[in-house]
Amino acid sequence: MSELLKVPTMAEFMAQGKQPEVLFWVGCAGSFDDRAKKITKAFVKLLNNAGVEFAVLGTEESCTGDPAKRAGNEFLFQMQAVTNIEVMNAYEVKKIVTACPHCFNTINNEYPQLGGKYEVMHHTQFLKELLNEGRLKVEGGKFKGKKITFHDPCYLGRANGEYEAPRDLLRKLEVELVEMKRCKTKGLCCGAGGSQMFKEAEPGTKEINIERTEEAIETGAEIIAAGCPFCNTMMTDGVKHEEKEGDVKVMDVAEMIATAGDL
Amino acid sequence: MQYIPNIIFLLLLIAGVGYFTINIRKVIRNIKQGIPVDASDNKAERYGNVARIALGQSKMVKRPVSGILHFITYVGFIIINIEVLEIIIDGIFGTHRAFSGMGSVYGFLIACFEILAVLVFVSVVIFWLRRNIIKIKRFFKPEMKGWPKQDGNFILYFEMILMALFLIMNATDVPFQQMNNGNVISQHIAGFFSGTSESTLHIIERSAWWIHIIGILIFLNYLYFSKHLHILLAFPNVYFGRVTPKGQFKNNEAVTAEVKMMMDPNVDPFAAPPADAPAPAKFGASDVMDLTQIQLLNAYTCTECGRCTDECPANKTGKKLSPRKIMMDTRDRLQEVGKNLDANKGVFVPDNKQLLGDYISTEELWACTTCNACVEACPVSIDPLSIIMDMRQYLVMEQSAAPNELNVTMTNIENNGAPWPFNQQDRLNWAKE
Ligand code: SF4
Ligand code: SF4
Repeated sequence: MSELLKVPTMAEFMAQGKQPEVLFWVGCAGSFDDRAKKITKAFVKLLNNAGVEFAVLGTEESCTGDPAKRAGNEFLFQMQAVTNIEVMNAYEVKKIVTACPHCFNTINNEYPQLGGKYEVMHHTQFLKELLNEGRLKVEGGKFKGKKITFHDPCYLGRANGEYEAPRDLLRKLEVELVEMKRCKTKGLCCGAGGSQMFKEAEPGTKEINIERTEEAIETGAEIIAAGCPFCNTMMTDGVKHEEKEGDVKVMDVAEMIATAGDL
Repeated sequence: MQYIPNIIFLLLLIAGVGYFTINIRKVIRNIKQGIPVDASDNKAERYGNVARIALGQSKMVKRPVSGILHFITYVGFIIINIEVLEIIIDGIFGTHRAFSGMGSVYGFLIACFEILAVLVFVSVVIFWLRRNIIKIKRFFKPEMKGWPKQDGNFILYFEMILMALFLIMNATDVPFQQMNNGNVISQHIAGFFSGTSESTLHIIERSAWWIHIIGILIFLNYLYFSKHLHILLAFPNVYFGRVTPKGQFKNNEAVTAEVKMMMDPNVDPFAAPPADAPAPAKFGASDVMDLTQIQLLNAYTCTECGRCTDECPANKTGKKLSPRKIMMDTRDRLQEVGKNLDANKGVFVPDNKQLLGDYISTEELWACTTCNACVEACPVSIDPLSIIMDMRQYLVMEQSAAPNELNVTMTNIENNGAPWPFNQQDRLNWAKE
């Protein structure tokens, strides 16, 4: 990838006395994790392509505190939250989009009590909005007619009741959407939530991500579509464990749309 | 002398209802050991939930087979209870079928009761088969040993016997059969007794009548010792169930106060706390008294159905965690605290035990992915996850007892603003790669 992405920061907007349309909250995974960075870039391409005036916080962004809160460290969580809220309130942020359901959930549901009140959207919801407004074109391209299954992220689905936005986008890609037995409200976790991502699992008979990946592979899907960088990692590891890298890919919905549009 | 049956009946009734009342007051007292919560918000939504989830059983039918069988048993149970009203009136005043003067309405009601009684009987038999012959997996987890295991079957036997007695009572009631009004089922059962003399029939009818009502009173008192308490508590429990998004974990206000103070530039961080400062709050929960009253109500309401555990990713993959066990442990510990209160005139005397460690292990707590599958699955709006989170909070904030990898993660967040050891200054590097 030679051409440089256009990623303006809030500070740059501020210097010009302007407000972006939306703040893109990149999140820790999206900033640092090699796999997730690809999702971030794909999403930025879509934003640029749709002509969205967005900005990132860049080095002023810090962990939302989700893993700390779910690990039981309410103090660290609130310190993170209050710091982030101060930054965002200083920029008078109104609307936020993020490609991470954990960031989405935390900023949307847990920041308001601490003084951070914003309109927050998951990137699949935002992309669907762009699509409805006619700003973004989504078409099948190379995914047309392919068997795809969508893995519901817990923090998008059960936690916030959003099951359809990612599926609507996939349908626009004209794929053959096949559901796993456990989907939507009954969707099985990938195993990463609640800070599990950062520790070994307790003793058991199986890893959760293997159980879930097996279920996804059973559908016969060529691509497991994800909407969360952590699910993405877990499912990718699962596919490797099953030695199915040749047949099954794990892709974020945003990556699929960007690829289909040859971006 | 002729009033002796009436008096015996009245005494039994008073004893039955009285003992039940005493125990229900204990339940309320025990729940009040928890932290009060303000749930005066969202009234309309809460009543809506009661109508849909509790009355309408909307979550039960997500599993169609057990959902429909349960619905029959539940409707049957409520409607047949109208008949109990007549039985009580007859018992107190020595009347026989006090409502029978209502004519065809009575016949209609009785016909409904009899049909429901059969349907309930059949459903209960199927429930029994599912538990004991088909051995549905969720009834055979490690926490379903001993009392909880027997409890499920006892309830089914109770219901089988009560329904059978009701039908026998009707079938052997000669005047009632002669009336031929609503005896849609019992007339067929009456055939079995065709050779029996009228006086024997009367004895059978009276015996069935007495055993039936005594059985009901025993069953009423059984509730307190059983998971069957949910037939009463499901309604308040659903009312108090969460009305915020499942992903919104509660904000710890005590921590907010501390954080605000730390962030306030006007506060001298090294100043000694004022002498009259309130004792520092305990963060999180290590025992039932640290939980909220709603969480404790949750524990008494749990039906031990295991739908939560059946959907739990940790449990599915062989970890020790079972959200049902979290609820059962909470109830068991609360009952233990209740007995302590009984024995010590209402004052809790420390017993060197607590929910954490003595009932719920840290291994269970750390296995949770906070996926909310248990909360979603519960047919009566119980939130096992909130208890897990409160106990994790205690472990981390009061005991610094997080697994080591999580300590590393938290240190990273504190120092680098990310769970990994990357520098915050590199946060935008991806845009340049
Ligand atoms: S939230 Fe925790 S206890 Fe509940 S189902 Fe998920 S992993 Fe199991
Ligand atoms: S918590 Fe709910 S789902 Fe779990 S066993 Fe109890 S009643 Fe059933």
